[in-house]
Amino acid sequence: MSLVTPLNRVLGLGTAGGAGEHWWTQRLTAVALVPLGLWLAISLALLPDFAYATVVQWAQRPITSILLILSVLTIGYHSYLGVQVVIEDYVHAKGLKVLAIMGSAFGHAALAIAALFAILKIAFGPVA
Amino acid sequence: MHGVSRPLSPYITVYRWQITMWLSSLHRITGLLLSLGALALAIWLAALASGSSAYAEVRELYASAGFKVLLVAWTFCFFFHLANGVRHLVWDTGAGFEKAQFRASGWAVIVLAVVATAVFSAVAIF
Repeated sequence: MSLVTPLNRVLGLGTAGGAGEHWWTQRLTAVALVPLGLWLAISLALLPDFAYATVVQWAQRPITSILLILSVLTIGYHSYLGVQVVIEDYVHAKGLKVLAIMGSAFGHAALAIAALFAILKIAFGPVA
Repeated sequence: MHGVSRPLSPYITVYRWQITMWLSSLHRITGLLLSLGALALAIWLAALASGSSAYAEVRELYASAGFKVLLVAWTFCFFFHLANGVRHLVWDTGAGFEKAQFRASGWAVIVLAVVATAVFSAVAIF
């Protein structure tokens, strides 16, 4: 028997605690990635070549750095949320499921921070 | 719960496969593959930040024939997931759920993804 009143259960967050938040953040990052993704694809396609000097010069422009930072952080979060759902759907053993989601969180965080650091290092590095 | 093998009601095996089911599965698969693509993007940025010799190594790897196939596949995943993602966002508003509408939008997504992949691959990969 649960001591939670029906009203509290409805006002609360459901069984897992964060489904609404997950849903909303997933949509928020999805909407953000529409322009960010298009920008990334188009600006990569517009590069005359992928030589080191060309790419560094592109990446060092402040607007590129800012949009790249927005992109990698949003991609990282969106990817984490998506992978989490896939793990929850297919990994049923509770211990393994928690470990997999933890591993995914660590991996995504490490990757996003590494990418962020790289972008900053290029941005503040010597002008190529 | 665990160790108890409960009967499942039939689901994917009893339906005739149609475009909505294909695209729904493809959305998840392309999403997962794009997570790996994000890894490749992060490696590319890290190499760029590490200097010209590290960048040259990664560039050589990414320009190899096998990797180009991978890049084209990621490009398709990207444009498909983007276009189909917008389709999902439109559905979130409650619109586009008529049979004719979601079939048409499904085909539109496929055509858009294939064309965008061809253009991007021709310009940026080959």
